[in-house]
Amino acid sequence: MDLPVIDSSPTASGGCAAGSCGAKSGQMDGLTDAIRARVADHPCYSEDAHHYFARMHVAVAPACNIQCHYCNRKYDCANESRPGVVSELLSPDQAVRKTLAVAAAIPQMSVLGIAGPGDPLANPERTFETFRQLALKAPDIKLCLSTNGLMLPAHIDELAKHNIDHVTITINCVDADVGAQIYPWIFWQNKRIHGREAAAILIWQQQKGLEMLVARGILVKVNSVLIPGVNDRHLREVSKTVKAKGAFLHNVMPLIAEPGHGTFYGVMGQRSPTPAELKALQDDCAGDMNMMRHCRQCRADAVGLLGEDRGAEFSLDKIEAMEIDYEAAMAVRAELRAQVSADLAAKRAKEEAQRAAVVPQLIEFQPRAEKPAGRPVLMAVAAKGGVVASHFGHSREFLVYEASSTGARLVGHRKADAYCSGEENCIDGDSLLGRTIKALEDCEVVLCARIGIEPWGRLAAAGIQPNGEHAMEPIEEAAMAVWHEMLAAGKLAPEKTEAKRA
Amino acid sequence: MALEIIESCVNCWACLPLCPNQAIIQAEPHFLIDAGKCTECIGEFRDAQCVSICPIEGAILDELGEALNPPGSLTGIPPGRWAAVRAEIAAR
Ligand code: SF4
Ligand code: SF4
Repeated sequence: MDLPVIDSSPTASGGCAAGSCGAKSGQMDGLTDAIRARVADHPCYSEDAHHYFARMHVAVAPACNIQCHYCNRKYDCANESRPGVVSELLSPDQAVRKTLAVAAAIPQMSVLGIAGPGDPLANPERTFETFRQLALKAPDIKLCLSTNGLMLPAHIDELAKHNIDHVTITINCVDADVGAQIYPWIFWQNKRIHGREAAAILIWQQQKGLEMLVARGILVKVNSVLIPGVNDRHLREVSKTVKAKGAFLHNVMPLIAEPGHGTFYGVMGQRSPTPAELKALQDDCAGDMNMMRHCRQCRADAVGLLGEDRGAEFSLDKIEAMEIDYEAAMAVRAELRAQVSADLAAKRAKEEAQRAAVVPQLIEFQPRAEKPAGRPVLMAVAAKGGVVASHFGHSREFLVYEASSTGARLVGHRKADAYCSGEENCIDGDSLLGRTIKALEDCEVVLCARIGIEPWGRLAAAGIQPNGEHAMEPIEEAAMAVWHEMLAAGKLAPEKTEAKRA
Repeated sequence: MALEIIESCVNCWACLPLCPNQAIIQAEPHFLIDAGKCTECIGEFRDAQCVSICPIEGAILDELGEALNPPGSLTGIPPGRWAAVRAEIAAR
């Protein structure tokens, strides 16, 4: 039985209807205006834009030239949603057709990426043929690619030629001794090279590639996989190094390792980081670097707004049958972009105004102890389109907000398998619920539109308070309302300091 | 004198563009080596190119049918360990 809370109705568009998505522009602090403008409508890089725009990846690059201990090249499964795992390999022609079909059907689609399933630069002909055709046929689509970096220096001029302005490099280390524990081998200059030497070459090429990209004015994002006990302590140094060389964003993702994946880490029992460990590291690196918190580790062939996979609508046989009038589509797309930039500009102006209004409070001479102190609280939100909208049991992911006296900010997101997805799938519901609760263990509150009695009880028993009273409210407002309730109820005393003083 | 690709190949394409003799054929269910064209790269490269990039242990065999990338050589996973994990998963 469901607790009587408002029905969760889908939002009208895929985007953030209310314009109040809770995404802060704070992650963009420290960027130059030029870079800010360039990433403003990139759904992967801008927390503001990811509610309005969509990106897609095409799987044209099957080959890889290195082995990572978290990857198994045999893996290809529809239930799998790790990055780099895709089902349908496309030829460059098919990829171009698919991109045009999606861009015509989903005008929000603004970015086309090539990320795999292998390494784009280990398949240079296929990758560059796709980019070349798209630059001609769909000049309004931004092009980007993700690479392990090994072949970046070799292909830098070709990259610059195709007007690719975003490149993501996966950099897990800047020290070959650490690298030797992550990369068993690379293919380099017609030889397979193992161990520390392989890691040293890879790191050298990555760093050189990063410098060359920056020198050519191409935006560089760095991805790192957090591997407890291997590079957890080291990633701070990675953050510093890549920032010094001009990377504009650093995205730390958790290792996903399970024995069934057949990866080295999975089989050897390497554990994944806890959500709390991931957040601690992201906080740790945040001082040095613009950190990206809203990354959903989407599938490499994902289509649609981040976290919302519509790939099945555009399978090969379906796109073959489609009529695409790209000229007409481009006009629609241009209109949408104009509308969205107007919306975003208005939203940013409003935020500016609010910030300005807050300033006088900051310079009040208040004795510290009398401030309405309250510790920050982590809240998991079952969200859709910027509002508290989902049924707890139907949520595949939760956004994690930190609510404090300075407001609510997005600090991450947690995957959950929707444990209640239909009768026959409910057999395993119990353990899935357990896993969801584990993923949310550092949160004190769950905001959702509805929740069943049983999960309510289990969450409460785990010290996580479910709250269904803010359905369809903008996330930030809901989170702050709950935080103020907790404050008023005396639940947010900074207990330890208080106890010490007493 | 030729190498052979067997069914554990995952059709990842990595080997195909590297072959100096265009001996590798894209085929279903898995890629193949044209024995008439393959020279085992002798005279061209120190190491057979397909063998040097293939990510799958056991997918490429020599003339005697021996795996050129034997179990454990690429992933670093000791074969016994992998067998144990597979048995454990199968028993679930
Ligand atoms: S051994 Fe050399 S010649 Fe033979 S298939 Fe492999 S790459 Fe081609
Ligand atoms: S590199 Fe190995 S797995 Fe990949 S296609 Fe060639 S033989 Fe098959």
